[in-house]
Amino acid sequence: MSATTVVPQLVQILRTLVTTGYSTEHSISGVSDPFLQVQILRLLRILGRNHEESSETMNDLLAQVATNTDTSRNAGNAVLFETVLTVMDIRSAPGLRVLAVNILGRFLLNNDKNIRYVALTSLLRMVQSDHSAVQRHRPTVVECLRDPDASLSRRALELSLALVNSSNVRAMTQELQSFLESCPPDLRADCASGILLAAERFAPTKRWHIDTILRVLTTAGTYVRDDAVANLTQLIGGAQELHAYSVRRLYSALAEDISQQPLVQVAAWCIGEYGDLLLEGSCEETEPLQVEEEEVLALLEKVLQSHMSLPATRGYALTALMKLSTRLRGDSSRIRQVVSIFGSCLDVELQQRAVEYNTLFRKYDHMRAAILEKMPLVERGGPQVDGEAEESKETQLSETALVSTEPQASKLLDLLDLLDGTSGDAQPPPLLDPSPGGTLIHLLDLPCAPPPPPSIPDLRVFEREGLQLSLSFVRPPGTPALLLITVTATNTSGADVTHFICQAAVPKSFQLQLQAPSGDTVPAQDGLPVTQLLRILNPNKAPLRLKLRLTYNHFGQSVQEIFEVNNLPVETWQ
Amino acid sequence: MRFMLLFSRQGKLRLQKWYLATSDKERKKMVRELMQVVLARKPKMCSFLEWRDLKVVYKRYASLYFCCAIEGQDNELITLELIHRYVELLDKYFGSVCELDIIFNFEKAYFILDEFLMGGDVQDTSKKSVLKAIEQADLLQEVR
Repeated sequence: MSATTVVPQLVQILRTLVTTGYSTEHSISGVSDPFLQVQILRLLRILGRNHEESSETMNDLLAQVATNTDTSRNAGNAVLFETVLTVMDIRSAPGLRVLAVNILGRFLLNNDKNIRYVALTSLLRMVQSDHSAVQRHRPTVVECLRDPDASLSRRALELSLALVNSSNVRAMTQELQSFLESCPPDLRADCASGILLAAERFAPTKRWHIDTILRVLTTAGTYVRDDAVANLTQLIGGAQELHAYSVRRLYSALAEDISQQPLVQVAAWCIGEYGDLLLEGSCEETEPLQVEEEEVLALLEKVLQSHMSLPATRGYALTALMKLSTRLRGDSSRIRQVVSIFGSCLDVELQQRAVEYNTLFRKYDHMRAAILEKMPLVERGGPQVDGEAEESKETQLSETALVSTEPQASKLLDLLDLLDGTSGDAQPPPLLDPSPGGTLIHLLDLPCAPPPPPSIPDLRVFEREGLQLSLSFVRPPGTPALLLITVTATNTSGADVTHFICQAAVPKSFQLQLQAPSGDTVPAQDGLPVTQLLRILNPNKAPLRLKLRLTYNHFGQSVQEIFEVNNLPVETWQ
Repeated sequence: MRFMLLFSRQGKLRLQKWYLATSDKERKKMVRELMQVVLARKPKMCSFLEWRDLKVVYKRYASLYFCCAIEGQDNELITLELIHRYVELLDKYFGSVCELDIIFNFEKAYFILDEFLMGGDVQDTSKKSVLKAIEQADLLQEVR
């Protein structure tokens, strides 16, 4: 006999309870025995969950409870809420679902915060299944955004974001943006990313999209996610017709405020790329803005020197200045000056860039225009959305083109220089590393990079009952006396190895540094191995001797092993 | 319900009832955390909050906070009623209950709670029968 046969009885009990069963000692403020009602409703919910027949039996009763319960006090609201939850979960008739949504809508208008909170939470759950019904209550939800209670506004924010669709996107974004301006800091990140996501999905026009992102960046720039910058640059790059408009908007925004890093980064990039559009004539879509070359340069210099700018932002600004040297009609002596100042900057990244750009001015002036051309459109979702990678690809292309015309070079010195440059370029990197502009290193790195270090074979040093220890060696090319050993412990047995500690000892002339291990448990059956890094400095190039001490628990016993590592390859210390 | 806590405005725990087995260390940690969160709430804020993976329903009566941690599918509004019912029971038993009554007669408070709730759910929905059961238990007890 399955539990669902009990449903008719439950329905009967609840019906009598609601209609006639009133007893003073069991009831709360006019509602007969709300605890019992809630429990019955909950049971009905579980029974009717995937069961058509039971759900049908319940339909009438639920409608009756929903309409007859007195909602002036919390007890009645509690019963009503449980009814709504039950309706949502069983296979109810569509009319009943609409009734449930309406009840929740009524809850939203209630003055009691608790009830509003509960209503918002349930509506969030319902928004997937009954989207259109919930949409009707959108204005009330937006009202709740402005509530001073933090938990309420958080719920309202989540629900509002779920309710955005293509027809109401403009109005909703407006509301959300005014919320963003006044909301507490912990909600800002969510709100900002929510707005950006909604804009991405439902943007009616590209211009609106750019405007929205711009507004979000100016209001809550520090809270946006990191890829917002990349997204925006890619978006602007793709909207050919809006280049002039975007660069003007960004320029005015930047002129007002240089503290919001993502905004500064995007603005710097744009000004660099489309500087010529900024300076020439007027654009119909914004008010006429007469910008002088000097002003643009001054602004970028201000960004470079401001203590609020992150190193990444400074990088963007420096590159933008460089690009402007080809775009602007005036002479580039001011730019050269700034770039050479940064040649002695403490930040390695900036210094590198500045030195390269300087070289570009001095020796490769004939290539400068080609290198600093406008970037082609970046691939969305490619391995590196950062525009700097594209730039380096361009520079490589122009470089190889120049090499093919090399035979005409008049000076021997130039020939040798260029050969060195290309061999430097042939090294593995154009690696797509995350730091912007990092790939430019290898193009203009005139001295040859040393050959990659020969790899030393791994050594298996210890094996006991399924626990194996192996060492892998690395000799970094830059530091001849340094040896890095990675100790890896793997477990092929059936029991876990716990409390695993590995200690090492070396002769007196060596310096040993043990870094923290990745863990102290090696799970059984080839679970995740534990690794530990050892750094050994060997300034005298003495023969390496290594003693290892292991303590661990395995198969319920504690094990201690001390042994010397034999057969260390000669390359580890020579 | 997972657990119920009673604590004062000053952060002193007066009563704790756990309906799920947790280690002592774990309990202390949870109590500390939850007290911090609840005491930081402003008076006009709503009575529900989300904490870890549970919902916490709290209500303040004079200087005492009554805190219940319920699970995802439980009804918050009925939990508020539950808290109120418990307070009413205490009130009826002690006659205009105050925090001192609970401090000095904490074992009675626990008895009443156990009579009312079992395993986190309401055992008896009638106020009268709960109070009657307590009275009978009192009769059995020796009066000093």
